[in-house]
Amino acid sequence: MNAKMKHIEGENKGRVVLYALSTCQWCGKTKELLKSMNVDYFYIDVDLTDGEEREELVEEIKKYNPDCSFPTMVINDSDPIIGFDEKKIKERLKY
Amino acid sequence: MKTDINKKEVEELYRKLNADAESGGYHLNPDTDFTKRLVSGLLVNQKRYGYQTCPCRLAAGEKEKDLDIICPCDYRDPDLDEYGTCYCALYVDKEILEGKKKVKPVPERRYKQKSSDRKEKGKKTQNKILNAGYPVWRCKVCGYLCARENPPAVCPICKAKRERFEEFTLR
Repeated sequence: MNAKMKHIEGENKGRVVLYALSTCQWCGKTKELLKSMNVDYFYIDVDLTDGEEREELVEEIKKYNPDCSFPTMVINDSDPIIGFDEKKIKERLKY
Repeated sequence: MKTDINKKEVEELYRKLNADAESGGYHLNPDTDFTKRLVSGLLVNQKRYGYQTCPCRLAAGEKEKDLDIICPCDYRDPDLDEYGTCYCALYVDKEILEGKKKVKPVPERRYKQKSSDRKEKGKKTQNKILNAGYPVWRCKVCGYLCARENPPAVCPICKAKRERFEEFTLR
């Protein structure tokens, strides 16, 4: 996992990693939803990275989501949730 | 890498985009808070890359590679047709504008819109084009066609720049 990931503390529902863009409003909605659910998660705004670090992140995301679209959420290293899918996020995090 | 954008810039671009959209038969998302945050994202990308890429997509930072995602993107109109909103939801259709339908997230079509599919479809509806002695140019954003020596500097319908035009030829 990338060292620059930001950690938002909350209730542990597994290892939740969110790949986002700082300018994307659907990513913003996803962050708000996770916060409202009080979920412990890590996120990174990929557009704020550059060079090798960004390349590594893009490769990492493509493993889960070949389109490398945002937001991409990965729970316990598998089965990504692509896009702001409120229903799926709540289901998967048993909210 | 954080880019600061002031309120005045956002208001100005919002007003311009709104006027352009309405004059061309398009509509901005009526959720103005959401929309202004997207407009702010466009300005961030303008400062970062020199052009306004979609706030919900990761730009490569090389114009050639990013042309299709410069707002309005090549995918706006097909997404408006299918989902009533574009990918980032800056643009919406009339039903959403009037509150009859809600905005929902749109799946990414950037890598799925295969040009081969489009060509097949094109063949079926191919019409004979009169030879007017001019090349025909097609706006890749909205499909506007014009017959003249060069494409216009700005698409009169959707305001996309000249670089977004392709030559429209019989296959």
